[in-house]
Amino acid sequence: MTRYIRHAAAFCALLLIALLVNATRVQVVQSDALDDNPANRRGAIVRFDQPRGDIVVDGRAVTGSKDTGEQLRYERTYKNGPLYAPVTGFASQVYGTTFLENAEDDILSGTDPMLAPLPLWNDITRAQNPGGKVVTTIKSAAQQAAYAGLGGKKGAVAAIEPSTGKILALVSTPSYDPERLSGTSKSVADSWAELNSSAAKPMLNRAIRQTYPPGSTFKVVTAAAALDAGVVTDLDAATRSPNPYTLPGTSTQLTNEVDGCTNASLRYAFQWSCNTVFAKLGVDTGLSDMAGTARNFGFNDSGLKIPSSVAASNFDTSMDKAQLALSAIGQYDTRATPLQMAMVSAAVANGGSVKSPYLVDRTTTRDGDVVDTTGTKSLRQAMNPATAMQLREMMTDVVEEGTGKNAAIPGATVGGKTGTAQHGIDNSGTPYAWFVSWAQAADAGEPAVAVAVVVEDASADRGDISGGGSAAPIAKAVMEAALKP
Amino acid sequence: MTGTRAGTASTVVPAVRVPRRRGTELALLVVAVLLSVYGYCDVGLARNGTVPPGAAGYGAGLGVLALLAHLAVRFRAPYADPLLLPIAVLLNGLGLVLIYRLDLETPSDEAAPTQLIWSTIGVGLFIAVVLVLRDHRVLQRYAYLSVVTALVLMIVPIFFPAVNGARIWIRIGGFSIQPGEFAKILLAVFFASYLAANRNALAYTGRTIWRFKRLQLPTGRVLGPIVAIWLLSVGVLVLERDLGTSLLFFGLFVILLYVATGRTGWIAVGLLLAALGAFAVGSLEPHVHSRVTDWLHPFASIDAGQGPNQLAQSLFAFAAGGMLGTGLGAGHSILIGFAAKSDFILATAGEELGLTGLCAIFLLYALLVERGYRAGLALRDSFGRLLAIGLASIVALQVFVIAGGVMGLIPLTGMAMPFLAQGGSSVVTNWIIVALLIRVSDSARAQPVGNADRADRADKEAR
Repeated sequence: MTRYIRHAAAFCALLLIALLVNATRVQVVQSDALDDNPANRRGAIVRFDQPRGDIVVDGRAVTGSKDTGEQLRYERTYKNGPLYAPVTGFASQVYGTTFLENAEDDILSGTDPMLAPLPLWNDITRAQNPGGKVVTTIKSAAQQAAYAGLGGKKGAVAAIEPSTGKILALVSTPSYDPERLSGTSKSVADSWAELNSSAAKPMLNRAIRQTYPPGSTFKVVTAAAALDAGVVTDLDAATRSPNPYTLPGTSTQLTNEVDGCTNASLRYAFQWSCNTVFAKLGVDTGLSDMAGTARNFGFNDSGLKIPSSVAASNFDTSMDKAQLALSAIGQYDTRATPLQMAMVSAAVANGGSVKSPYLVDRTTTRDGDVVDTTGTKSLRQAMNPATAMQLREMMTDVVEEGTGKNAAIPGATVGGKTGTAQHGIDNSGTPYAWFVSWAQAADAGEPAVAVAVVVEDASADRGDISGGGSAAPIAKAVMEAALKP
Repeated sequence: MTGTRAGTASTVVPAVRVPRRRGTELALLVVAVLLSVYGYCDVGLARNGTVPPGAAGYGAGLGVLALLAHLAVRFRAPYADPLLLPIAVLLNGLGLVLIYRLDLETPSDEAAPTQLIWSTIGVGLFIAVVLVLRDHRVLQRYAYLSVVTALVLMIVPIFFPAVNGARIWIRIGGFSIQPGEFAKILLAVFFASYLAANRNALAYTGRTIWRFKRLQLPTGRVLGPIVAIWLLSVGVLVLERDLGTSLLFFGLFVILLYVATGRTGWIAVGLLLAALGAFAVGSLEPHVHSRVTDWLHPFASIDAGQGPNQLAQSLFAFAAGGMLGTGLGAGHSILIGFAAKSDFILATAGEELGLTGLCAIFLLYALLVERGYRAGLALRDSFGRLLAIGLASIVALQVFVIAGGVMGLIPLTGMAMPFLAQGGSSVVTNWIIVALLIRVSDSARAQPVGNADRADRADKEAR
């Protein structure tokens, strides 16, 4: 009988081995897949069972956490939620995350292995690290100036430090309080429904996710292309531009809002925003040079991340001459995000070099040990440095004695360009007022800030001037705030 | 272990008895109690940052139970295997910790106090068996009484309302017991007794129906009664939808038949019948069919948008544990919901103690089974041998069926993890099993070394 008992024992041992192998299969081999199963609530529970790390502006956290004692324990709170919503986005227990809350989620939620003192060991023990901090490049004074300037109007502001690409302000209005989406209560669902159905689209980040026809502010790009291509060699030489200008191949006549545009010099045309001159200039420069320069400024780039992705700005690459003429003055299919236009202005201020814009200066552990830093990266050379110098001159003229006088700051050099973009059927919509600019303090070696402002519901009656009227004062306030140390 | 050596050992050398090792048992019991108390404190620290108020009482209670059981063994079964009792105490203690831990998630439904009462009753019965039953061979006399009682116990629940699809409970007032649990022991006694009495007839008579005498069909007169009992019990269980226990009885029957007769053919026949039966029940019975479907496609309900089913939740829990587990009290196995403290308690162990802890638990069970087998090997009487193997196999099969079920290895069948799971009948039954194993191991180790070999030699000569 002994033999058979041993066989039976061997059978029991087989059962044990099967259990051990199966346990290894479930707990080690398949564990990641099971953990990631969307129906597995553990992810959400673990995710919210410790306070989320903070997003920091100017050394102060603009976010917080609240212990609810529920299964999904910690809820996100926001200080000055509407002001910083385009930067932080929301972190909802129901609707997920957006913007920095989304792009830096690994750091904020503590899952980034780099937060652990010993990442590999951490991987084995699955210990949870406290959420890290995301330190932004935002300058709170500039952000507040932009938000206050826009007031209740629909619009957006993007401000960049030209030499580095640091984003100093990123504002979109009307805004919303992301805290309304924290938690799991019914009010959260109600808020979600209300915010999504609102005609004002408060959750739309107009600064980086909305493209607008840039209108006359695009003339900066056209001027750069024409100067780089050698179509214009002397800023003060008369151009052979008729007024009105008949779009090539059509009978459509383009006119100006201002006088003196017939055969005007580039300097005059830029200063007073002559559509006829720039439309012809675009055609003379040609599609390939125009498109090339636009691309170098950042148009048609769908891969830009700050670290949230930025909507691609558009400049068509195949058009007839009439379309090219309109595109050269920022109409037809040309569209740009406010951030893109801030990059255009920053390129002029920075000798033609476009720096990659970024919003996160560094990420740290909760205790402040640096995990990662975002350095300055050059994207492209948008134009020759000499061309940039000429454009600086012309932009300065716009502010000193042209359409952009409202942006002038005593004691600082300010360059700017106004724009008004008609839109809607037969231009029936309220035009968008644009202003792009940069500012350099008197004692500084280089411009410290470049800004783009767009106001959707500007008063329309004064044409190009409305950019100067509605948008320029906002840009001025932002630049003043940015110039202060 | 040759016959020659065994022969000389019993004739020339005076009887050599194995050491009693009662001190070892006591030391191991202290370790088992301390481990359980540590786990209890750990839960409290993880959940509330403080040692639970009942820690001292819990430790003292478990300690007293362990001590009483130890004293009973020390005085009435001094040669018993020193590992059996500590393993049982540790598993029971760990089970109480896990149930207490899950109680924290369901404050309105506390199971730990009841489980503690049942554990006390279990240990009480353990002591009673050790004290009263002086020789396991006495049980052989009650073989037929056992089988009748077992069948009655199994049939009675049919007259009570079904609970969660299975008619295996008797509810009187707030008390519910699962009589089928006790039937396990009684059937093991019957099988062991019958096979011990008839093993020669089963093994050596009848017609050969497979070449090389692999399978020799015994005469109907010998085989008939036992097959009838077995069919009856399995039939009743199928009626009651108690799949796990029917699988257990089937396995128990096949193992004991094989050990008693040594016919490999029985295993083949057993596996064949099991496969056929499983296929038939699996495809015809809707309750069973759904469990087979769940086993094959554990995430089907998720894809269908109905959220994870219990098995999927259980797999999530195990996966969440990983190598080292989340730590006691830090997991979320309560998401499994219904039966988290009973059928699915292993998931909590897997999540909070990790693969490491789970392997340790499996090895504890394995050690318990191995000690039972060891006692079986050392015993000289066929009944004792078969009884020890039967009881140990019950534990082994039960652990395999339930652990395999909740981890997706085999279809899920409602069964209780021995000692670990919530369930009075189960805890009491397992304590009696350990008591009987203590008794047979005492007999096995008390006899002079070599006798078992001699018995085996006699066995071989008889063939």
